[in-house]
This record gives sequence, structure tokens and C-alpha cells, in this order.
Amino acid sequence: MTRDEAILQFLLRMGDNTLILGHRVSEWCGHAPVLEEDIALANTALDLIGQTQMWLGLAGDIDGGKSADDLAFLRDAWDFRNVLLVEVPNGDFGRTLMRQFLFDAWHSIMLGRLMKSSDERVAAIAAKASKEVTYHLERSGDTVVGLGDGTEESHARMQEALDYLWPYVGEMFASDDVDAEMVAAGITPNPASLRAEYDALIMRVLSEATLTIPESRFAHKGGRDGRMHTEHLGHLLTQMQWLQRAYPGASW
Amino acid sequence: MYAQMIKTAGTGVKSREEMTEQERAFQDKIDADIKIEPKDWMPDDYRATLIRQIGQHAHSEIVGQLPEGNWITRAPTLERKAILLAKVQDEAGHGLYLYCAAETLGVSRDEITEMLLDGRMKYSSIFNYPTLNWADIGAVGWLVDGAAIMNQVPLQRTSFGPYSRAMIRICKEESFHQRQGYDAIRKMAEGTPEQRRMAQDAMNRLWYPSLMMFGPSDKESVHSAQSMAWKIKINTNDELRQKFVDQTVPQAEYLGLSIPDPDLKWNEARGHYDYTDPDWSEFFDVIKGNGPCNVDRLAARNKAWDDGKWVRDGLLAHARKKRTRNLAAE
Repeated sequence: MTRDEAILQFLLRMGDNTLILGHRVSEWCGHAPVLEEDIALANTALDLIGQTQMWLGLAGDIDGGKSADDLAFLRDAWDFRNVLLVEVPNGDFGRTLMRQFLFDAWHSIMLGRLMKSSDERVAAIAAKASKEVTYHLERSGDTVVGLGDGTEESHARMQEALDYLWPYVGEMFASDDVDAEMVAAGITPNPASLRAEYDALIMRVLSEATLTIPESRFAHKGGRDGRMHTEHLGHLLTQMQWLQRAYPGASW
Repeated sequence: MYAQMIKTAGTGVKSREEMTEQERAFQDKIDADIKIEPKDWMPDDYRATLIRQIGQHAHSEIVGQLPEGNWITRAPTLERKAILLAKVQDEAGHGLYLYCAAETLGVSRDEITEMLLDGRMKYSSIFNYPTLNWADIGAVGWLVDGAAIMNQVPLQRTSFGPYSRAMIRICKEESFHQRQGYDAIRKMAEGTPEQRRMAQDAMNRLWYPSLMMFGPSDKESVHSAQSMAWKIKINTNDELRQKFVDQTVPQAEYLGLSIPDPDLKWNEARGHYDYTDPDWSEFFDVIKGNGPCNVDRLAARNKAWDDGKWVRDGLLAHARKKRTRNLAAE
């Protein structure tokens, strides 16, 4: 694997995470439990789509001058490199916010490390995204605490969300040849090295939320290397890519 | 503007002789363009009418998220998706300012939300029409927000302070919405034959519903005089509709889109376009609940509210627990 091949895979992983999660969050538009949440969800989706434009923009430059739109709208599921966590359906508001929190915690730590990347382009994107993600984490963490430590019903729903999503957490810390190449070049940290900080962070919030982290460390995998996505991704892409696929070559 | 057919409370405009001393002083302030603030004395009918009007406007912002949200997950580029998200987020924000303005009149957000959900309060008829192709998103920005701005710009001078200030903020954002809408539909009108077809189809479906946004013709508008005397309505429905037509026709010509009105023509003597009125029987049907999307829109809002109950209750319970713990710690 060449350096460029590896960095392309890394950029797709970052950009596909934000693209797919941004899409999922945007599905809430107009349907949130309270007006402030509608605004906050749209704002989060907007930030994530903006970050996608940066990550996939850089990926496209490396991938023979493609645009971020080419990458977002014209790849099939097997070429997507997002972790499975972000493609699972929204479920109820509790599951959406729990997924957001579990991702934000990883995202904020990852971006913090990437700000020190040896690749200036990566460091610059991370610096910009990091400001937004710090806020995402604060909000999703507060909401998880509020609902976990709310009523009996909200507590039960949040525990159920955590139990459902937990097997998707481990994939964020998996590593392969791409990571080895990136680590050797000083571009990214070793994903496994983020785990201790992640565990401490989520432990603090989830215990304040009176929620119990499942004991199992089993992790579903197959998103970040594209080996096996969930069935859900295809449906998401069908909707997201429809206009570009139905009217090829049109400019919007 | 998203308020139509607001029933003005009271029995009509009173002469100065019929007014009480308090009412005369109130009217004098309005005539002198002095803003009425929440703690000032105001006639009950003025308060009731404003609650209806601001409430309907706020509800329209909220329900209006649905037809636009319908395309967020299918937006054709990342940039269009981001613009649409930003716009819908603004609309929700407008709803928030307006609910806050209504709260200063003594009605809580939850109370008027429930009036929307059980059908006692309305939202603009326009949002009972579907968005069927991507050009509709451009057309909504261009025509629907364009029509809204026509009414909102004068309302920046409305007599009730919080409403006027909300309008000033809202107008700034709405003019950006209209520009992005026009840009989106221009791209379609200048695009492939299929894209032009989408743009024309959007125009064909949304032209008359946009004209309906200004409410019935002045001949039938029975509520205007008192609201105008109170300066919570600044122009008549027909004045604004004419202004909208005059502004929009040249823009449509520039895009090469035809307006679905064979009798539309410039009238040199009047200095305005002559145009065909919308089908008012369709308008009254939509107002009564028989528009293409009334049932679905209200069902979506009710579902969001019902499904969200456990979230609102949970967050409230947590806030209470936290307050109790903090008190105990002091």
C-alpha cells in the first residue's frame, strides 16, 4: 500500500463517518421532541456535512481530482468506509442521542490528536472540526445524563439504547494496514491508543447518567474497511444518491 | 407572512366617542407609532388577536419544516444539503422567537402548541401542499418565502414591540432564503431538459398556492379594518398580492418559466400586472382541512409531540433532581 492509498482510505473513513451520521441526524428534521432539539439536531447535521465537504474534498484531490460530491453520491456501499455505528437507524430520540454521544466522544479525542498530525492539511481540518465537535460532545453528553437520570421510562430507554449500540463501539478502535501506514508517517494516532481516554470519558458521563456499560467487549466490524456494512447503508444511499443517479451529469 | 384569515377579536373599529379613556390613550400611542410593550395596558381584543396572529405565524414556521425536510435526505449535492439544513434550522429559530413573542402576551408555548395539535389554531395554507421534486425546494424559497417577505417587511413596523423586533430578525434571514431559492431554481431552469421540466412543474403547482398566502381578496376580508387601525396588519391582502405578482413576473421571465395564468398581462394604465385570482373555493377547502397534506402534516406534528413526551418529561425530571441536589448541598 502506498502512502497516498493509505491516506485516501483514512480520509474516506473520516469523511464517510461525518457524511453518514450527518445524513442520519438530518432525518430528524421537523420531528424532534421539542423545538430546541430540532434546532440542535439540524445544527449538528449541518456541522457534520460541512466537515464531510472538507474530508471528502481532500480525499477527492488525492483520488485523481474527484469532487467531494462525486465521492458522496457516486460510490456504492462497498466503497464506503464509515464505522457501522453511524449507519444504524435512528431509533427513538434516546438512541439517536446515545449514538451521537458514543461517536462524539471518539470524534473529539480523535480530532484532538489529528490537530498534531504531520500532514498540515489534516491538522487544519481537524482544528476547524474540533471546535464544533467539542460542542457536540457537551450537548450529547448533557442530554444522555438528563435522560439517563430522568424518569424511570427515560432511564430504561437510554439503557436500552446503550445496550443496543455498545457492540458497535469497538470498531472505532480497530486498526489495520492503513492505520499502520498512517501511524508510521505520523499522520494519525493508532486508533487503539484512544481507548483508555475514551473509556474514562464515557464512564464519567454514563455513571452520572446512572447507566450501566455492558460487560461484553464484542465488536461488530466491517464498516471502516468496507468488508461488510449493515443492511441499512444501502437504503440510506438509495435515498441520498437518488437524484445524482437518476439524472447523471446534471448540475444542481 | 404566514398569517391568513386571522379573525380580529371585538366588534370592529370604534369611533373615538365610543372608546373609553384607556382605549383612546392606547390608540393615540399607536397612531404616534409608539410601540406597545408587554406590560403596557392593551385592550383584550388586541391581545387576543395578536396571540392568534403570532401563534399562526409561529406554527407555520414549525409545520413549514416538513415540506422542506422532505428533501433534506435527497438533496443532490453536499452544498445544497447544507444550505437547506441551515434554512430549515432558521425556520425553527423563527418559530422560537415568535413563540417567545406570544409568551409575552400571557400564553405559554405548550398551550398554543396544543392548540395547533388539536386543530384549534391554524398554520399557513401553503404548507398543506406537497414538495414533489427538487425544484420545489427552489420554488419554496423563491415564491413562498418571497410572498412571506412581502408581508413581513411592513410588519417590522407593527405596533407590538416584541412582534416587531422578532420580525426585524426574521426578515434578515428570509431575504437570504429567498435568494438561495431563486439560485436553486435558476440552476434547474438553466439545466437539462429534465431539470427544466421539474422547475416548470414546481411553478405550475406552487403559483396559485403562493398567491393564496396573502389571504382572501379584500372584498371578502372582513377582519382587516380593526387590525389595520391597531397596526398589526399594515397592508391589505390585495395590495400585497399585487406587489408580489409585479415583483415575481419579471423574475419568472428571466428564468424562462411560464406562469400558469393565460390572462396575466401588463396593464399600462394601472402600472401593474393583471392576473387571475386563485380558486378561492380550493383555498377555503384547504383552510377547512381538505388540502392535499393537511392530515399528514398534523399527524406528523402530533407524532413528534407524542413520541417526544418521554424526552421532555425525562429532561424536566432531571432538572428537578439537580435543583434539589444543589439545594441540599448548599
